[in-house]
Amino acid sequence: MDDKITSVEVIGSGCANCKKLHELAVLAAKELNLGIEVAYSDDIQKALAMGVLQFPVLAVNGRAVLTGLADAEKIKKAIAGNH
Amino acid sequence: MDIFSPVQSLADVIVNNWLGITNKYWANAINFFIYDTIKIGLLLVVINYLMAMVRYYLPVEKVRDILAGRKWYGADYLLAAMLGTITPFCSCSSIPLFVGFVGAGIPLGVTFAFLIASPLVNEASLFIFPSIFGLKMTFLYNGLGILVSVLAGMAIQKLKLEKSVNPAFLQYKTRQDAIEENGGNKVPLAKKIAVWRQDAWYITKEIFPYVVFGVGIGALIHGFVPKEFVENNLSAADWWGVPLATILGLPLYANSVSVLPIVEALTGKGVPLGTALAFMTATVTLSIPGLLILKKAMDWKLLSAFVAATGVGIIIMGYFFNLVKI
Repeated sequence: MDDKITSVEVIGSGCANCKKLHELAVLAAKELNLGIEVAYSDDIQKALAMGVLQFPVLAVNGRAVLTGLADAEKIKKAIAGNH
Repeated sequence: MDIFSPVQSLADVIVNNWLGITNKYWANAINFFIYDTIKIGLLLVVINYLMAMVRYYLPVEKVRDILAGRKWYGADYLLAAMLGTITPFCSCSSIPLFVGFVGAGIPLGVTFAFLIASPLVNEASLFIFPSIFGLKMTFLYNGLGILVSVLAGMAIQKLKLEKSVNPAFLQYKTRQDAIEENGGNKVPLAKKIAVWRQDAWYITKEIFPYVVFGVGIGALIHGFVPKEFVENNLSAADWWGVPLATILGLPLYANSVSVLPIVEALTGKGVPLGTALAFMTATVTLSIPGLLILKKAMDWKLLSAFVAATGVGIIIMGYFFNLVKI
């Protein structure tokens, strides 16, 4: 848990679930006081390079920590606990 | 026999006694609405719970590894179709899935067998069909759905369209270290159950409004569309009913659970079962927005082959259910 979170990113195809995950991730980052922007990208190659086949992807420090839509609580945990 | 008969009794009581609706049309429509909302709502919770378990034990990344792991000598079409039926995925994932499968060396045809089977045979056709159409019909539909996916996959493979896949996407081979949320360490069962319940509940909440909408349309059809109108205008003998229903389903995109009440109401009004099913399967498998997403990863030739193979499969299934009396 000492590692610093340097980037949080949502990768998706622009579908409704992808946008929603991004919105929730932005809120989660705010609540966690990360002080960083949650980026949104539609770069499929990036997701594939992480070994993920499902959209949307939530990546922390360039590593996929969650795929598919989840609720706010789960997203917060994924960001805080997986880096 | 019917485990949902208490729900029907409840709907009857609400409409006749509590609301005291005397207008025949509204009574029918509201009764259908109450019954289907409760029944499908209950089934939805159970289904989503099961699906959450499947997603946990069999994520698509694992399916890819199973299919790419060894030579299957033709059995991979069937395997892919069957895995497709039990693995739910959001349509927004079709590109990474497609590219990931093909990139891992899974044949194009096998990949499509998976992509076609997944929406065609799904949680609605597996778990909600029995309560509406009976067991025999459920077996027939799902069996045929798998057969169609396998044949469509084989047909696409025969066309040798490997060059049609956007090469920019294929430079990434699979990585063994694909994410596994809980890779390695054992998770206690109690925690797993909590996770599944949370997922199931969340997904149910997300889908339910669409289901209510679908049931609403079904209820209006059920209550207000006169049977004679349908019988006079559509019948099994009209050969064009099935292709037309397939084409009408194309621009629409809907979750299968929410289209089902509409199909139920239509068949209740005398629309031939095969025609109604063709409409439903076209809506869930071939949607223009979904196709446009897939287009990014392939050229028009391969995309057309996919649409043609799936469309022909849906039409054959439609004719089958219209001609064979169940």
